[in-house]
Amino acid sequence: MSRKTGVITCREFVDFLMAYLDGELPSGQRTTFEGHLDECPPCKTYLDTYRETVALGRGVCAREDADVPEDVPEALVLAILAAREA
Amino acid sequence: MDPPPLPDETKLLEGLRSGDADAFEALVRSHGGRMLSVAKRMLRNEDDAQDAVQDAFLAAFRAIDRFEGGSRLGTWLHRIVVNAALMKLRSRRRRPEEPLDELLPRFLEDGHMERPAQPWGQPADRALESQELRRLVLDGIAGLPETYRTILLLRDVEDLDTDEAARALEISPGAVKTRLHRARLALREILDPHLRTPRG
Repeated sequence: MSRKTGVITCREFVDFLMAYLDGELPSGQRTTFEGHLDECPPCKTYLDTYRETVALGRGVCAREDADVPEDVPEALVLAILAAREA
Repeated sequence: MDPPPLPDETKLLEGLRSGDADAFEALVRSHGGRMLSVAKRMLRNEDDAQDAVQDAFLAAFRAIDRFEGGSRLGTWLHRIVVNAALMKLRSRRRRPEEPLDELLPRFLEDGHMERPAQPWGQPADRALESQELRRLVLDGIAGLPETYRTILLLRDVEDLDTDEAARALEISPGAVKTRLHRARLALREILDPHLRTPRG
């Protein structure tokens, strides 16, 4: 069970998560944030799964782009070529 | 740095630069499907996506003399279709912002999580091998309200930095950061029930 640690709650931890990961927290806030991280296993897990979410979004879309693409509708091919001639 | 163009790409470029109609058709047929898929991911509408692809090709045809071959044609066209889709998004009539609150994590009054986080069963690289999971992620992104989906795609998928995304969307860098964080939180909430390890 998570508990309030230092001066931030789990809600505040989640609010500051991206700023922490981007290295944008001032050192005092960073220390407080890391204090909470050390003492609250669910928030540590939350941070891990937040990172996984970003990695999955990126990875799945990259995979989709690399896969064999769908066919271009013939009407679209003709429209593009006609528009070029126009 | 990207590898140099493959020989067939060099030949294709020669044809495009000399105005060879067959080369233009080959370009559309070879890259159009992938570009359509990118446009659909951003616009969620077949007609708009096709319009964006057409706009992108016409822009590429006009700029082909300025393409220096420093990157692959596919990379260059990808960036152009992302821009074309952004232009399309901007030109859409402004819709009322869809609320995201229902997709965000919930907290108790004292600041604890309503549902404490549990680890996910498999790391992202292995999860990517599951077609079911890939569908889940794509559907999750597609299910985000437009503003949040667009920012998540620009920042986390297309790798625009905060300032580039802010300029593209004509909002402040601070708004990009806030919305990106909320979009990631919402996507995490969507994925969580499917990925969390059952309590032992």
